[in-house]
Amino acid sequence: MTTASATGEDQRLRSVSPLRLFLSRPEFGAIVGAIIVFLIFAILSVARGDVGKGFLSIQGAASYLEIAAQVGILGAAVSLLMIAGEFDLSVGSMIGAAGLLLGLLIVQYGVPPTIAIVLTFAFALAVGAFNGWLRIKTGLPSFIVTLGMLLILRGAGIGFTRAITSNTIVSGVNANTANDPIVKLFTASVTIGGGEFKVVLLWWIVAVVVATWVLTRTRFGNWIFAVGGGEQAARYVGVPVHRVKVILFMTTAASAALLACIQVLSFGSADVLRGTNKEFEAIITAVVGGTLLTGGYGSALGSAFGAFILGTTQLGINFVGINSDWYQVVLGAVLLLAVLANTYLLRRASGSR
Amino acid sequence: MKLRNTIGALGAVLIVASACNSAAPAASSGGGGSADRSGILIEVVTHGQASDPFWSIFKNGVDAAGKDMGVKVEYSAPDTFDMPKMAALIDAAVAKKPAGLVVSIPDATALGPSIQKAVAAGIPVISANSGSDAYASLGVLTHVGQDETIAGKKAGELMKAAGVTNALCINQEVGNAGLDARCKGFTDGLGGTVKVVQVDLKDPTGAQQSISAAVSGTTGVNGILALGPTGATPTIAAIKQLNLNASIKLATFDLSKDVLNSIKAGDMLFAIDQQQFLQGYLPVVFLTYDKLYGLVPGGGQPVLTGPGIVDKTNVDTVLANTGTTR
Repeated sequence: MTTASATGEDQRLRSVSPLRLFLSRPEFGAIVGAIIVFLIFAILSVARGDVGKGFLSIQGAASYLEIAAQVGILGAAVSLLMIAGEFDLSVGSMIGAAGLLLGLLIVQYGVPPTIAIVLTFAFALAVGAFNGWLRIKTGLPSFIVTLGMLLILRGAGIGFTRAITSNTIVSGVNANTANDPIVKLFTASVTIGGGEFKVVLLWWIVAVVVATWVLTRTRFGNWIFAVGGGEQAARYVGVPVHRVKVILFMTTAASAALLACIQVLSFGSADVLRGTNKEFEAIITAVVGGTLLTGGYGSALGSAFGAFILGTTQLGINFVGINSDWYQVVLGAVLLLAVLANTYLLRRASGSR
Repeated sequence: MKLRNTIGALGAVLIVASACNSAAPAASSGGGGSADRSGILIEVVTHGQASDPFWSIFKNGVDAAGKDMGVKVEYSAPDTFDMPKMAALIDAAVAKKPAGLVVSIPDATALGPSIQKAVAAGIPVISANSGSDAYASLGVLTHVGQDETIAGKKAGELMKAAGVTNALCINQEVGNAGLDARCKGFTDGLGGTVKVVQVDLKDPTGAQQSISAAVSGTTGVNGILALGPTGATPTIAAIKQLNLNASIKLATFDLSKDVLNSIKAGDMLFAIDQQQFLQGYLPVVFLTYDKLYGLVPGGGQPVLTGPGIVDKTNVDTVLANTGTTR
């Protein structure tokens, strides 16, 4: 926008009000959606007399923010990858696989927690790099490549864990990690007003801030948009397309490993089904947050509001006592509503130009 | 124009919201109890996915107890076998300040802290279904369920008596320690060879093919134990397709229409019934009377609802109540 052109009446230089600029941000719809969803559950809670307890209590907020934070960490990384025009369906399985690796290293092989954490991240980064390499080398859609990896990681998790422990749960992790200062980075919590807020919230904020900064303030961020907008065009202007993609696949895998570390170290166990369907939740988070499935457009900040919507809805349904038989119907409807509101508002804000 | 549309959209949202609202109390009222009981809220959090016929009966038990006791019951479960999410659901249930909490404990390490928080907040907790090995150390009042190792052993002994020496154990919910214990108990009771086969409970066709492949790929199989109806149904289909009903004895944990019909037809030897209706029903009764009169089951022992054996002799009675209480 700042590259001035010499032509007298350049449309690109037309002054636009700050409000209109805000309204046409990709995350605007998600912010509105988040407010609406929160208000719906707040109103329903007041209607059933739940003031100061349930949804409208600090303890309640701690629980739905935790769910939001868990998926939000993935969402921030996945939205970057999706803006670059790729999918990673293996993040859910990676949570399971990385968690099992961490658990087995600590419990079964007595590896010091810090080294186990480093090895877990190294494993995730290697798998992420392999995903990216395979995507580029074969030219297959990332949807297929990472779908294969989803199955491989899930299956390997079950296979190795049963072969080593003849069980499907690795528990007793916290017996070996209780006093480790590095482990505290993943397990700490603070109690405010009766609600236990876990450190995962902080990681979520860090992930969103870093992703947003990279996307909007760095050259790498420009490259991400360029790669997603048009790969060939990006290559012509000198963007290292392959490097960008491999780094982004490594980022999503690392985000899954981070969540795995938080889950395993704070819940004290790993099991082979951890992270099931989290890949879809991460994609939903990014899309509700205003990121296009086709790439080239989106926001990491938006994914935070997408995660907030997902978290409040998932637990809000239970808080207001909607019969759990209808759980997925309500969840699907709210998500659809959020995406519709998002696209509608975005079209109105940007279409009237 | 733009503003009016936005207001219109908001209005639609609020209509949807109030529709949800009016549905909620209607579902939970209808108790025959006195007025003071309707203020009692019992929270039930399990790992049972709504699509599993087993948990549907459990939930019938919860709802029936809510109705019979005249109290409000609210049931929640994670949409996948996701322990961190279930821990958050327990935290959420505690935040509603209920009179009592019923939980299943498939992973005591992961769920323990959340359950202990509930106990610390002064909420009486009863575990149901999974958790017989963990409830006592978590400060839970009692456990209502089946001892999985004892039940698995019983299945093994019955299979052994029927002449089975080489068996498969079909696990449809990998990651659940209770199911692992059933397989282990079964191995002990049988005293023969047991191979574990994992199947996907959301994919009956794929499960059937996995079971067929396992039967063909393992020499000398003469017995199969499924760990639940979602494993038993594809097992029955697979054996029928391979035409091996004469040489392979089938048995399962837990009941379904398919399982009962197969027992009646002689295609299946027996089913272990843990009577999960009672696992949903009894904790709500216990917690209601705890709240009203301070009555709690004593002795710190679990309340066992199984193993009950369903075979040819009693299958007709069970069939008559299928889908509601059995």
